[in-house]
Amino acid sequence: MINSKYDILIAGVGGQGTVLASRLIAAAAIKQGSFARTSETIGMSQRGGCVVSHVRINSEKSGSIIPFNTADMLIGFELAEVARNMQRLSKEGCCIINTQVIKPVSASLGASQYDIEGITKYIEDNSKEIYFIDGYDIAKEAGSVKAVNVVLLGAATAVGKMPFSKEVMLEAIVENVPQKFRELNEKAFVMGYDFISTTQSK
Amino acid sequence: MSKKLLMGNEAIAFGAIRAGVNVVTGYPGTPSTEVLETIAHNNPGDLYVEWSVNEKSAMEIAAGAAYSGARTMVTMKQVGLNVAADPLMTLAYIGVKGGMVILVADDPGPFSSQTEQDTRHFAKFSNLPVLDPSTPEEAYEMVQYAFELSELVKLPVFLRPTTRVCHACATIDVDDGRISNKPEGFVKDLNWVIFPNLSYRKHIHIEKLQDELSDIFSKLKFNQVYGKGRLGVAVSGVAYTYVTEAVEKLKADIKVFKAGTPYPLPKDKAEEFLSGLDEVLVFEELDPVLEEELTLYCAANKKNVNILGKKTHHLPCAGEYTFELVYSALAKFIGVEIAEGEKAEIPALPTRAPVLCAGCPHRASFYATKVALKGQKAVFSGDIGCYTLGNAKPLDMVDTCLCMGAGITVAQGIHRTQPDTKNVAFVGDSTFFHTGIPGIINAVYNNTDITVIILDNSTTAMTGHQPHPGIGKTMMNSISNKIDIYSVVKACGVGHITKGNPLDFKNAVELIKQAVEFNGPSVVIFEAPCIALFKPTELYEVNENCKNCKRCINTIGCPAISIMDGEVKIEPSLCYGCGLCTNVCPFNAIRRCEK
Ligand code: SF4
Ligand code: SF4
Repeated sequence: MINSKYDILIAGVGGQGTVLASRLIAAAAIKQGSFARTSETIGMSQRGGCVVSHVRINSEKSGSIIPFNTADMLIGFELAEVARNMQRLSKEGCCIINTQVIKPVSASLGASQYDIEGITKYIEDNSKEIYFIDGYDIAKEAGSVKAVNVVLLGAATAVGKMPFSKEVMLEAIVENVPQKFRELNEKAFVMGYDFISTTQSK
Repeated sequence: MSKKLLMGNEAIAFGAIRAGVNVVTGYPGTPSTEVLETIAHNNPGDLYVEWSVNEKSAMEIAAGAAYSGARTMVTMKQVGLNVAADPLMTLAYIGVKGGMVILVADDPGPFSSQTEQDTRHFAKFSNLPVLDPSTPEEAYEMVQYAFELSELVKLPVFLRPTTRVCHACATIDVDDGRISNKPEGFVKDLNWVIFPNLSYRKHIHIEKLQDELSDIFSKLKFNQVYGKGRLGVAVSGVAYTYVTEAVEKLKADIKVFKAGTPYPLPKDKAEEFLSGLDEVLVFEELDPVLEEELTLYCAANKKNVNILGKKTHHLPCAGEYTFELVYSALAKFIGVEIAEGEKAEIPALPTRAPVLCAGCPHRASFYATKVALKGQKAVFSGDIGCYTLGNAKPLDMVDTCLCMGAGITVAQGIHRTQPDTKNVAFVGDSTFFHTGIPGIINAVYNNTDITVIILDNSTTAMTGHQPHPGIGKTMMNSISNKIDIYSVVKACGVGHITKGNPLDFKNAVELIKQAVEFNGPSVVIFEAPCIALFKPTELYEVNENCKNCKRCINTIGCPAISIMDGEVKIEPSLCYGCGLCTNVCPFNAIRRCEK
């Protein structure tokens, strides 16, 4: 498991902590002795734009961007962003989705559509293994909506497919967040983990 | 040695520190910024690091230090190199004593730039060698070699990573040791003084050096030839990673030339690659630099090899390359059919264009200007920075954007063609220091009736909050005298200058009206910090007075305000508490609430 190639895509909106989440996964992989690569696609502004992070484990000879139809896992921080990036997920891949909706200004202005039902259906039709989770609510319960990224890491780890253990992931988180947020993050991780462990997929 | 996950820019920084760099200067610009920042944050103590006011200054400071035997690095993005082109061209003639690395990050795509210009042309143009890393790991090694090479040939050396190297992370074995380099100091010599006679001799010298460089490069590990067959691919930069992946997937029998040094061309390596080939496909992002070099080599050496690439329209000349693009071009080149995967119809997705943050003071400045100039014929000239995003609907307040500092001068040009239009230019605080000041002086000198609105948010926001002369902080952790923007504008001779807070909305509108009415160059300085610098203390919410008129959404476009289940709502995790929306709502439906 440790030496197998594993590609994880993280999609969300600027300000949700997607980039940190990708770094934490990579840190866990390195801890376990694997080689990790990551890359981000970020637009111009500091917040609010689309952000996609690619994490590639054991891909020394590859580029940092996951090709279409090959990602093993997609962690979606925002519903529409999941749909936007579904094409990179492999047919056998699994998908962890935060049900939170962040409407862009263009949708509020009526210049573009945000069709929650249509988007959800598209996601369901195109992936075999899906876990929906209200990460925003769970993070709030854990102590801060800012911890939504760690809630989702907990959820993704619970699926049991990443090439490292729950313990290693948690250690990587604890080591890489500021001291005063450790407790919050530990709690958020466990709550995300437990949510998936106790619910079924799809 | 320790294994670390490093971003390409961090890898370059650690590589430079390890190589014993003494002086690092630069101007922030995505995707190059983190190089200088990482060096400053990991300063072993004996290293001098500064953000200069612009790229030209940064280049000249690094050159001066390199004259004195220091190892130096200057950092910028591709468009910044245009600003530094003047010293660059002469510096190539004068040369250096200590190793000097010119780090210029290119932005294929482009993700955050005005142009897709290719720095490798500047290398060719100036006759300076260029190293083109394909991964962060390689960038770590290349930067260390770049200092050695620079000292060997006594010329500055380009390191030209692209966004996908700068902002990608990889697991890198970082060597914590450090080469110690003690600069001997400036030694007077006529060779430091450019004179026509010296330039002539130097021109001959650097032209000759090109062959020497080519020989050095042919032996370098960054240039490799492997594989076999009558077909070949030549590749420079990050496209190499896509080619490796595609060759593996296609199980292709093909000869590969990995060119880590696109200029000057390593001719012996090129010969080794080209011999026995019929056809070559060249993969490189941005411009066909390697492609042209190979074509020239074939012509000059009577080689009958077909060179294909951008020039022959086998590959696109613009935009970032991807695995998919490389894979299908390569498959076609070797004559393999690839099955198109059937694709499900994607539903209509909301566009998520970049917008000013919720609570950004620029939104208030733009909206105040819009209100102040309502009903008048006006052109709004923007500039480079977060506030370029003022172009988005519904604000729609950026009519022009050219390059750093140009908003002020473009406004003057427009005024000369239509004097009855009100011409307003926006400029940020960092941009004001970069190249804004000469434009203001020009307006005063030529008495051009424009209004300049300086958006002072106490930082260089777009590139990630770097300090500048108006902040009084340096990258050496010292506090220096702040340069007061108001006093500078006054010293430039502007006749009407006012200062205010854009979030004090009524007053802000008033200040703009007065400035625009003033006959001659006028300046309004709006001061309010970027939201990234402070935590919000209060928030706003929509109450039962709301008539759902959507004015708040349709006039200011704040990303925190949206319609959820048919009702207008302010998302508490996004609201910053700026209160601009309270000036817009006609029904008093937006009120302050506890955080
Ligand atoms: S980062 Fe600062 S300056 Fe830039 S849009 Fe956000 S609040 Fe405005
Ligand atoms: S402007 Fe006021 S009344 Fe109109 S939708 Fe916004 S909050 Fe409601």
